[in-house]
Amino acid sequence: MTQPPKGTAPPGQPATPTMPAVPPQSGATAAQYGATATATAPRSGPPSPPGRPATPDTAPARRTAWAEGVDRLRAAATTEPGRLRLIGAVLALLVVAFGAVTAWQMTERSSAADDVLHSSQPLSAGAADIYRSLADANTAASSGFLAGGQESADTRDRYEKDIRTAAQGLITAAANSDPGSPSTDTIAKLNKLLPEYKGLIERARANNRQGYPLGGAYLRYANEKMQQQMLPAAEDLYKRENARLSADYADAKPYPWAAIGLGVLALGGLFWAQRRHYHRTNRVLNQGLVAATAASAVVLLWLVVGHSVARAGLNSSYDHGVRSLNVLHDARIASLKARGNENLTLVSRGAETKQVSTTQVMDLYDYDFQQDMKTLTKGLALAEGIADDTAGKKPVEAATANMKVWKSRHQEARTADDSGDYQGALNKVIGSAADKPTGECFDGVDTNLAAALTHEESEFKQAAGNGRDAMSGLPAGAAVLAVLAAAGALLGIGRRLSEYR
Amino acid sequence: MKGGMAMTARRLRASLKGWGGVGAMALALVVTAVFALLLPLSSARGDGSTGTGGQGVGQGIQARADTCTDPQDQSPSPSSDDSGETITAIKQRGYLSVGVDQNSYRWGYRDPNNTAKSSDLEGFDIDLAHEIAKEILGDPSAVRFHAIPTNQRIPAIKSGQVDMVVRTMTITCSRLKDVAFSAPYFLTGQQVLAPKTSGIKGYDETLAGKRICSAAGSTAYDKLSADKKAGALTASADITTTVPNQLDCLVRLQLGQVDAVVTDGALAASQAAQDPTVELKGKTFTDDYYGVAMKLGADDLVRRVNQVLVDYRKSGGWQASYTKWLSATLKADSPSATPPTAHYK
Repeated sequence: MTQPPKGTAPPGQPATPTMPAVPPQSGATAAQYGATATATAPRSGPPSPPGRPATPDTAPARRTAWAEGVDRLRAAATTEPGRLRLIGAVLALLVVAFGAVTAWQMTERSSAADDVLHSSQPLSAGAADIYRSLADANTAASSGFLAGGQESADTRDRYEKDIRTAAQGLITAAANSDPGSPSTDTIAKLNKLLPEYKGLIERARANNRQGYPLGGAYLRYANEKMQQQMLPAAEDLYKRENARLSADYADAKPYPWAAIGLGVLALGGLFWAQRRHYHRTNRVLNQGLVAATAASAVVLLWLVVGHSVARAGLNSSYDHGVRSLNVLHDARIASLKARGNENLTLVSRGAETKQVSTTQVMDLYDYDFQQDMKTLTKGLALAEGIADDTAGKKPVEAATANMKVWKSRHQEARTADDSGDYQGALNKVIGSAADKPTGECFDGVDTNLAAALTHEESEFKQAAGNGRDAMSGLPAGAAVLAVLAAAGALLGIGRRLSEYR
Repeated sequence: MKGGMAMTARRLRASLKGWGGVGAMALALVVTAVFALLLPLSSARGDGSTGTGGQGVGQGIQARADTCTDPQDQSPSPSSDDSGETITAIKQRGYLSVGVDQNSYRWGYRDPNNTAKSSDLEGFDIDLAHEIAKEILGDPSAVRFHAIPTNQRIPAIKSGQVDMVVRTMTITCSRLKDVAFSAPYFLTGQQVLAPKTSGIKGYDETLAGKRICSAAGSTAYDKLSADKKAGALTASADITTTVPNQLDCLVRLQLGQVDAVVTDGALAASQAAQDPTVELKGKTFTDDYYGVAMKLGADDLVRRVNQVLVDYRKSGGWQASYTKWLSATLKADSPSATPPTAHYK
């Protein structure tokens, strides 16, 4: 039974070559040591100073700090009080390490969870907002254009508001991105393109007001800038912010294995010490050690349960919040692009075509519209699939219904336009309610998707907040309890030790 | 072991050396043989290809000399006979289906500020379409307009989607293979458009070092690249900017991305009409004629349209339309200002 503690001083290590030769003299002096070393040369193997007894000062200078401590421990381990002291020290260290590692790992996870909730998700939503408002501005500009030289106040306000939102979003994004990072480059690019785009739109409006088809050419040019340079850049920024969000999730979710391992080790040590105590003294309980065990067990339990709950919260915030948000954002942007292209089909009036196959040529914008509608259809189906409650499902279903009507009305508008009824087609796209225009359907899709986004956003906040709250208090609690446990262990051992005085 | 291996290697090398000479000789033989066989073959093929190419070109020129010197003069003589198959079908339908442009200012376009919903398209081509409808159907508004992209003009006629295309369409020999044209109703040609303050004087050496915009796949671009290759256009002119639609060139010009635009004089005039700071520079450097395009074989309709054109000229309608839409930018003394004389086949 007395064997294990001896194990702490491993026998036969080359670093402590002469130890077995001098067990009783705990305070072996340098001179003595030097003498024994030279005397027992064959046994001592590799120690460095044996050939140089002439320089006795160098040897002790080199060894004392570490070796002397080991010597003392060795010496101490041979007597019961010494062993008890050793056990107490090791237990206290283990428990304190357990508490420290728990506090450190959980602080890290808790702050990552906090970032998810308060930094990276809002930034990701902000980037999505930039993306959406740019696409929306483009759509509003083309709608206003279609209405004629005098665009309606609604479309004008909507356009201006979108540009403002995008500009403000870019400032926020810039403030939160590291200098020199790819995000900064993307933001700089968007900051450069936004006024260029706005200039082109103003030129388009000015020409349209005078009744010049040149206005349409400017609008197509502005649209090209938006669709081929700005929206991809905004999408890039949005993806980067999403990557940052995923990284924060990855930092918050993994199990704190180091802390758990140390906790198990500390509890194991405490149990072993109490068992040893029982075997030696026949006393069942040592209050100090029991208190230490209880405190450590509480920390370990809190750690495992708290983190599991937090993890579950974060997982659900990702599955029901972030994933839904991403799908809904994508769907909304697809619907915006589709609407923009639908408008531009009427603005361009066949100015640009696309060779779809060797025999088929389509209007470029109508082709793009069809592609966007496919993306929207897929996105809505996906969103409906992952919506986990009726409050989330309902707006998505409504948007899907709107989209179906939109598709059939769009077909009517195309038929009218193809048969030479431009005004009919125009009414079918931006007309008043009596014309049953596609604009109504688009507005329906947009409003419903906005409602779905609000719902998922609140779901996210709820779940991620729960997750983060499950971890709050854990770092501080673990630290306090660990200190208490260490004190308990020391007191318990100290009580036993006092019996030897 | 080691010694044995070295021996084997040495022996192998020796034997290779022996065979090496033979191998080299064999290789040389094969190479010579291949060359001997292939050289005449490849040179023959080279001759053949240039031969056929040359022949092809020769034939093309020959063919053109035979059947197509002046594509604008290939239309059948006018007739006011309404009993033909095509015209009967149109009369039964009650309206004329015409392919037009909606983006060519003063030719065929939609004024966004025009609140009168009935007259939503206007321009020189639109006037002509209304005139044709008036003569054939007795009602100028018995027309249904279809906006057709430039590269869809021929397919739209071939498929029967429209009865005719009145859309600044140049009569060319290659198009004559696919569609039938009326007699020419407008004379134009490629022309340079540049800012009034620019040093560009026309299609000449003043274009040196300038960036010139043209529509992708247009007659203008073909002419520019051919002239540049042939040295007729100064080599330092940059013609790399091409856009989907000729009007996009004016956007690039206004934004300072190009220095000049080359397009049909008639369309260049329509661009100049939208921007008072640019003007046509120099004379047209090609002669192109616009015609009304119809389905191949619809001879009755072609003859009828030719008759409409004769009457349109005679009545002064053509001149009135020119004055209304075009003379402000093309000027009254332009070669375009009078209707081209029709020569029938």
